[in-house]
Amino acid sequence: MTTTTAAPRFNLYWFASPQTFYPLAGKLVPWFAGLAVVLTLIGLYIGFWVAPTDATQGESYRIIFIHVPTAWMSMFLYVVMAFWAAVGLAFNTRLSSMMATAIAPTGALMTFLALWTGALWGRPTWGAYWVWDARLTSELILLFLYLGFIALQAAIDDRRRADKAGAVLAIIGVINVPIIYFSVKWWNTLHQGASVSVKGSSMATTMLWGMLIMALAFWMYAIAATLYRVRTIILERERRADWVRELAAREAIK
Amino acid sequence: MLNVLLNVIRRDLLLAVRQKADVLNTLFFFVVVVTIVPLGIGPEPNLLRAIAPGVVWVAALLAAILSLPRLFANDFADGTLEQMLLSAEPLPLIVLGKAAAHWLVTGLPLTLMSILFGVAFDIGVEETSVMVVSLLLGTPVLSLIGAVGAALTLGLRGGGVLTSLLVLPLFIPVLIFGSGAVGAAASGVGYAAYLLLLSAFLLFALVLTPWLVGIALRISVE
Repeated sequence: MTTTTAAPRFNLYWFASPQTFYPLAGKLVPWFAGLAVVLTLIGLYIGFWVAPTDATQGESYRIIFIHVPTAWMSMFLYVVMAFWAAVGLAFNTRLSSMMATAIAPTGALMTFLALWTGALWGRPTWGAYWVWDARLTSELILLFLYLGFIALQAAIDDRRRADKAGAVLAIIGVINVPIIYFSVKWWNTLHQGASVSVKGSSMATTMLWGMLIMALAFWMYAIAATLYRVRTIILERERRADWVRELAAREAIK
Repeated sequence: MLNVLLNVIRRDLLLAVRQKADVLNTLFFFVVVVTIVPLGIGPEPNLLRAIAPGVVWVAALLAAILSLPRLFANDFADGTLEQMLLSAEPLPLIVLGKAAAHWLVTGLPLTLMSILFGVAFDIGVEETSVMVVSLLLGTPVLSLIGAVGAALTLGLRGGGVLTSLLVLPLFIPVLIFGSGAVGAAASGVGYAAYLLLLSAFLLFALVLTPWLVGIALRISVE
């Protein structure tokens, strides 16, 4: 295992093995984390000082700069998680399943933040922290699905079985994502419809830019957190492999 | 093909009849849960009329979940399940048979029992019949989706709680449209759409879940 030759010219599959992905992820984490910090600072600056006050909602709308990006990420991360879980189930690739496991906590965090900020936003605009509205309820179900995935994997000691069982559950749960996304169109809900679409947006330009930059910031954060977590998972699961032992020995000398 | 299905159903029904307590306990649980609600909330008739469909549906959901471990656990314990996985007959068909038998001993009795609650909560003949139809369409979906959860958590420690954690979120659409149908009937709006959606869920579950349960069982037993 020690004869790690140089990577071939360009081959993505080279990084499909935990051993080769571990150092790559280690190199990438600081970049994504740094980008997340910079983008958050820019986004929050625009959100607090540049974007104009909303005509109908006053200053309270400014939570949009956290609420919308986290809500987007909560749905997107679930699809990504289900995708990697499905790849792991279909091709029996260890790293894909580890990625799915690593994404779940970040996804759950994003869902929680979206619900929490939504409650804080709902109070001044609707007069209630929570209403049993189609979009709110379906987002809450998404949180339950994340927690179910995490709980199922935690309950199974055999990692291979945990990966596969989690994958089946994640794939079933994907049905919920389009339901959340279209809930404001399908039902008459209190939650406002989407302000941003492919065709354009109904918001002031600076508001839109602030929101998009914050979305990008959360995206970078999610990548950094997932890669950091997947490194830990790799070490934990591959602890009996020679390369991990060598790595541990080298770290110990330092 | 049909023979396999009928044989599995017949076998599971026979087992259920031999262990009557299991079946009756689920039904008894359903009755107790529904009965407890008016005692907790108070006997105000209008309020009870308004919440009756929701109460009956939630109780049906809980009863279905409580009875899920019975679906595969015994067969897993005595090795029958392994034989089923090894058999040359299509696994989804066997699973479908087991889910059907599960529905016959839980969902169907609950549905019939709910007529009594329609009377007890005084929700009217039309609403009661809509409730019965909605349960008739909805409870098989609960058995089918529940089978996926039961298969995934087979043999795990704390399996019962975990199963409900996995399965309850997936039951929510059935609950919403099931009790929604009765609510719509009560307020005089058309309830056909709700029942049609429930039928769609049933068809969807009939096609997809036996196959998913098959995959989950192979993962859990391998």
